[in-house]
Amino acid sequence: MTSQSTPLEYQSQQTRMNILGFWTFLGAEIVLFSTLFASYFILEHNTAGGPTGQDVFVLKDVLIETFLLLTSSFTSGLAIHALRNNDLKGVLIWKIITLVLGASFLAYEINEFFHYVHEGVTMQTSGFASALFTLLGTHGAHVTFGIIWIALLLVQVARRGITVQTSSKLFIASLYWHFLDVVWIFIFTFVYLKGMVM
Amino acid sequence: MSFDEFFVTGDPLILGSQIAIGLTMVGVIVLVTYLKKWKWLWNEWFTTVDHKKIGIMYILAGVLMFFRGGVDGLLMKAQTSRPGLDILDAQHYDEVFTTHGVIMILFMAMPMLIGIMNVVIPLQIGARDVAFPKLNAFSFWVFFAGAMLFNISFVIGGSPDAGWTSYFPLAGKEFTPGVGNNYYAIALQIAGIGTLATGVNFIVTIIKMRAPGMSWMKLPIFVWTTFITSIIIVAAFPILTIALLLMTLDRLFGAHFFTVAAGGDPMLWLNLFWLWGHPEVYIVVLPAFGMFSEVIATFARKNLYGYKSMVYAVAGIAFLSMLVWVHHFYTMGNSAAVNSIFSLTTMMIAIPTGVKIFNWLFTMRKGRIEFSNAMLWSLAFIPCFTIGGVTGVMLAMAAADYQYHNTMFLVAHFHYVLIPGVVFAVFAGLYYWWPKMFGFKLNEKIGKWHFWLFVIGFNLTFMPMFFVGLDGMSRRMYTYAESTGWGPWLGFSAVGSVIMAAGFAALCYNIYWSFRYASRDVGNDPWNGRTLEWSTASPAPHYNFAVVPKVEKLDDFWYKKKKGDTGLKKKDLKPVHMPSNSWTPIFLAAAFGIVGFFLVFEWFTLAIISGILIVIGLIANSFDYDDGYHVSVEELEEEEREWRGDLQ
Repeated sequence: MTSQSTPLEYQSQQTRMNILGFWTFLGAEIVLFSTLFASYFILEHNTAGGPTGQDVFVLKDVLIETFLLLTSSFTSGLAIHALRNNDLKGVLIWKIITLVLGASFLAYEINEFFHYVHEGVTMQTSGFASALFTLLGTHGAHVTFGIIWIALLLVQVARRGITVQTSSKLFIASLYWHFLDVVWIFIFTFVYLKGMVM
Repeated sequence: MSFDEFFVTGDPLILGSQIAIGLTMVGVIVLVTYLKKWKWLWNEWFTTVDHKKIGIMYILAGVLMFFRGGVDGLLMKAQTSRPGLDILDAQHYDEVFTTHGVIMILFMAMPMLIGIMNVVIPLQIGARDVAFPKLNAFSFWVFFAGAMLFNISFVIGGSPDAGWTSYFPLAGKEFTPGVGNNYYAIALQIAGIGTLATGVNFIVTIIKMRAPGMSWMKLPIFVWTTFITSIIIVAAFPILTIALLLMTLDRLFGAHFFTVAAGGDPMLWLNLFWLWGHPEVYIVVLPAFGMFSEVIATFARKNLYGYKSMVYAVAGIAFLSMLVWVHHFYTMGNSAAVNSIFSLTTMMIAIPTGVKIFNWLFTMRKGRIEFSNAMLWSLAFIPCFTIGGVTGVMLAMAAADYQYHNTMFLVAHFHYVLIPGVVFAVFAGLYYWWPKMFGFKLNEKIGKWHFWLFVIGFNLTFMPMFFVGLDGMSRRMYTYAESTGWGPWLGFSAVGSVIMAAGFAALCYNIYWSFRYASRDVGNDPWNGRTLEWSTASPAPHYNFAVVPKVEKLDDFWYKKKKGDTGLKKKDLKPVHMPSNSWTPIFLAAAFGIVGFFLVFEWFTLAIISGILIVIGLIANSFDYDDGYHVSVEELEEEEREWRGDLQ
């Protein structure tokens, strides 16, 4: 048996393997996003006479998105803290706040896409536009998947309480959520800031 | 879309195939219904999470795909056997070489190797299953869905025809407007999900599930090669995922990643494809090296020479495999400096590979070599593969490559690498581990026919291609003029391919014959093996080991045998925890297949509607808290007594 101080989600062989497996999968996700970033950097300036990043990026909206997603990562961390304290109510409250922040982020991002289309930047405009939409869209799709996933896990936690299984599932979903945050920081820096300055 | 846009029509060869496929499908369904086997199929195979059964299904699928890819190969050989023949037209020839390449690499080599890994790895590390048994079943079924989707292309909608590398701009909508290349993008994507999951699964299995005492340097070498292969899979397959995603967006949604006119860059495809594609070569070759090492050590009756250097060599190859991709397109506009760097990294791969060749030779030195079939394949591998390796170094020289690039010389080279390196290994592995899978050996005498026909046929087929290649024949030519003088060479080559096909037929006959007549009395250790899989019954019981073995050294079982310490004590038996069957993997795979099919035809509404099936499958899977079941001590005792006689 593992000692008392071992977190609940690490207390069975299977959940330990699940967590290691998920870290490995995140390794694959890093390669996946790196490939998208590399493709974006290759095509960044190939606007084929269409609008450039500088023309269409809106700093205010991007900052709000960044603020929403980073805060959601923090509240997700608070939920795991509550999980460690075996505080079911805390887990549910902080995770629901996380989901609300995540959904607001998505709403802003969808709004941002509408803005781009309005400015004449669509998937079909240029190499730059295709790469931009694909990078942002893949991240956005991940966030969407994460929201649905965590919502369903909350149903399971509410029904079954905090157990070895449910806690490991929530922990894994939180790793995923933090990872999406990290990706966003790179997007914020290398797509938006770089795009507006350079 | 009209009927003859949907079904491929107008070619008697394809019409024949369509009828044959239809009849076979009806025949199989009638037969299974008549024998009342549906329930058995569902319970024992379709929903199984047992790594051994999943492995066997992978191998079966691999053999089927080998047949399909082989027929493609024979068609090409028939078409080029003489100058100016008209068996296939240019379009049909394009389709055939494209599907041949994709099928042989992704739907034959990969499942064969992953199948053998599945059967063997848990047994070699003394585990009862892989880390994620349900994910493992999912891996198989999505691979299978991808393979089937790819295969129906030649009767429904038309096959991809831009080469297995599908370079842009040719593979784009402008130059390849049909649905053929959609099949390429989507079927490979679906199968790739399964491969990535397999990589994750084996990494965790090998890190977390080794028997007590089996530290890293006591791992069987095949486990090492599988571990490192899995790392390459996790590092390289996401690149293919993205490359195929971008291809799909270009073809289906009019994006401009690879189209020059709107600021896209076709070289981006080449770089991404080979960033995955070159590591992929090592993904298929490294586990094969592991299998040869096991077979050679067993049949030379010696421990593997230079075990540690073998491990470091494999790790070194894996590292270098990520740094050589540009050598696939030296001639396509790189600077001299770039070419030189990639030329050097490519040549460096010959160093660890050379280490391995010498290790195998020294393992055999002064050994009492037993020329079993598995060993024969390993012996034939060394010289044949070395030819492939040496011509590889020739191709690695960027300046010289301007002569060889995209010629038959290159085609001969990679067949000399992949056939000895992968196919011979798969054959060696099948003969070697067959008794562990099925409880009987394959016939050695028919096996000799298989061996000699295949090896002679292989050399006759591909050796002439080096010469026509040096003479300037480029690859993918569907015909040539008599004045080129290539006719006799390619005639020989065609004869060779028929001999090779006869070898494959001998293997199929061997499987049939052995199923019916071979002795079932092979014991647990028919080859006097060294590793843990031979310490349990043949075929291995579903729980693998009644008691998890304790390991003290490398080749622990070999030394335990010498000490006579392989018995089982009754008091050590405890109930064994096993995972339950699950319907979600096959359901999800079917859902992926259906969505994929609609995407191929760009029927987006249907694709979105059937996408709900995937969501349902994922949710059902998430809400499934089934914790498996326990095998009772009584059942263990009964099963173990059956082959051990009395327990201690």
